[in-house]
Amino acid sequence: MATELGPTPVKKPASGGNGLHHAPKGVGEDNVIARQGKWASWLLAPTIIALAVVIVYPIISAIVMSFQADAGVDPETGFFTEGGPAGFTNYINWIAQQCASPAGGTVACPPGTLGSQFWSATATTFFFTVVTVALETVLGFWMAMIMARTFKGRSLVRAAVLVPWAIPTAVTAKLWLFIFAFEGIANKLFNTTILWTGSEWPAKWAVIIADVWKTTPFMALLILAGLQMIPAEVYEAAKVDGATAWQRFRMITLPLVKPALMVAILFRTLDALRMFDLPYILTGGANNTTTLSILVINQIRQGFNVAAALSTITFIIIFLVAFIFVRFLGANVVEQQTGASKGKK
Amino acid sequence: MTAATELRAQQDRGRKVAQNREKWAQGRTYISALVILIWCLAPAYWMVVTAFRDVGFTYDTSILPSHVTLDNFKTAFDTSFGNRFGQALLNSVFIGVVVTVVSLLIGVFAAYALARLNFRFKFLVLGFILGASMFPGVALITPLFQLFTNIGWMGTYQALIIPNISFVLPLTVYTMTSFFREMPWELEESARVDGCTQGQAFRKVIMPLAAPAIFTTAILAFISSWNEFLIASQLSSDATQPVTVAIASFAGAQPNQIPYTAIMAAGTIVTIPLVILVLVFQRKIVAGLTAGAVK
Repeated sequence: MATELGPTPVKKPASGGNGLHHAPKGVGEDNVIARQGKWASWLLAPTIIALAVVIVYPIISAIVMSFQADAGVDPETGFFTEGGPAGFTNYINWIAQQCASPAGGTVACPPGTLGSQFWSATATTFFFTVVTVALETVLGFWMAMIMARTFKGRSLVRAAVLVPWAIPTAVTAKLWLFIFAFEGIANKLFNTTILWTGSEWPAKWAVIIADVWKTTPFMALLILAGLQMIPAEVYEAAKVDGATAWQRFRMITLPLVKPALMVAILFRTLDALRMFDLPYILTGGANNTTTLSILVINQIRQGFNVAAALSTITFIIIFLVAFIFVRFLGANVVEQQTGASKGKK
Repeated sequence: MTAATELRAQQDRGRKVAQNREKWAQGRTYISALVILIWCLAPAYWMVVTAFRDVGFTYDTSILPSHVTLDNFKTAFDTSFGNRFGQALLNSVFIGVVVTVVSLLIGVFAAYALARLNFRFKFLVLGFILGASMFPGVALITPLFQLFTNIGWMGTYQALIIPNISFVLPLTVYTMTSFFREMPWELEESARVDGCTQGQAFRKVIMPLAAPAIFTTAILAFISSWNEFLIASQLSSDATQPVTVAIASFAGAQPNQIPYTAIMAAGTIVTIPLVILVLVFQRKIVAGLTAGAVK
């Protein structure tokens, strides 16, 4: 496996990359890698170029924009203000909640402005992320354990879990809005009279429930795939040795499913951190359900450059979380992908 | 003698206890399975039931279908309140097909390279592609919003298609990579030994084997494009909006009243084809979905 990456310097072959499957193994591995590398770069080029255009270019221009001031008419003085370099003003607008004041300096963003909502939106985003991912992990694990057993109708259950996943989030949001309507089925079933989208905690729970409903299946399927990689003999052996169900779960299932579980949690966490559709449609971001993504969208029409600063902050937050996962929690997506995990520690 | 009977009785009892435990475990499995079924299907069922319910009985909470009518489907396609659901359906299909075809055409080569070839920086490339698929849409939207405004692309199809490629293409590449990795490529070699040309080996052996993988990837790609909302909600116009945006902004006769029955009818129309696709190709789709995480 280690030779795959070929740490030795590779000489450029003179010939083109033909007959890539026929090179003798062992003797000229460097040559094979070089020749295949040439092929690979041709094959990968379209994807890399396309991603550079649709992702790398926007990121870079967002970063450039975030250091520019928004041009426009000052709402208070009526003067047209020029754009131009702004230093960290746009970032300060969000992080220190200092808005540009008519007098020229900065003042604390008045309540109600978007700038004043940064920290509450961050808190809401993390709250949603932690709660939904925790619930989805526990529920998903439970669902996966059930689906891993053999029983009549198992394929029916496996098919059913795909239904919430297949429904578009926009439709899911409208569906749960209807379920949580004042005269809706939720209040009727639980015999409550809650204005679900009318105040902070019910609104937050409405978003969380809808999100858990929609995405637990995905989690369950990822964990199920991990569970199915565990050979049955391991359990048999443990049973013979007298391990209890809880011991089997803790000493076999958990450690063996951990790589798949960590990747599932990583995927879901990054997805939850950029949550937009559900709260945007379900609550419109009212009652403290504004996530960072919603805040960016609300800001766009008030000024691109300030929005660019916030989207860059969001990007950095998500990047840091992903980094922490991969670095400290051992969620190694790439190794999972290349199947090279065995060779490493 | 007595000792033997005693022992046999004990064994019998032991077997009975084990059987009971087995039965109890089996029973619990069925109850759990039922809970999962209800949890997953009940809200979707509620959407369909409401879609077929007379608008005057929107808040009827009888569990079984009641006041059944098809009017809501007519209302969903009605354009007199400014809704353009029919157009939106066509838009979504068009955008989805273009995004899927483009992503597959580009991605299939990358997937082949990642699955079959050894080269340096493989980890780096894979990391880049996986990172790209996890990329937050909001980080793209601001610069694209400004760029498309400047070049007059706001509300055009290309303004919706290009950003969609940014998350569909990475998904396509890594799903196909893990499919390709599992294909029996030795067969290609054997076909060559048996006298096939490289082209024949590719056409007659590799293509039929790769077709299901490519098809499944196409379904996953189409679904993720079909479900996209964030970018479309900002960059589309009334004429180009996809169904997700149309449903989110669905208006009724009274501005203060949300036309739930019509929305549920629209939601049903949008969802049913996907659910059928997903159920028919269930096994393959699950394999594709989980491809990135295990193995």
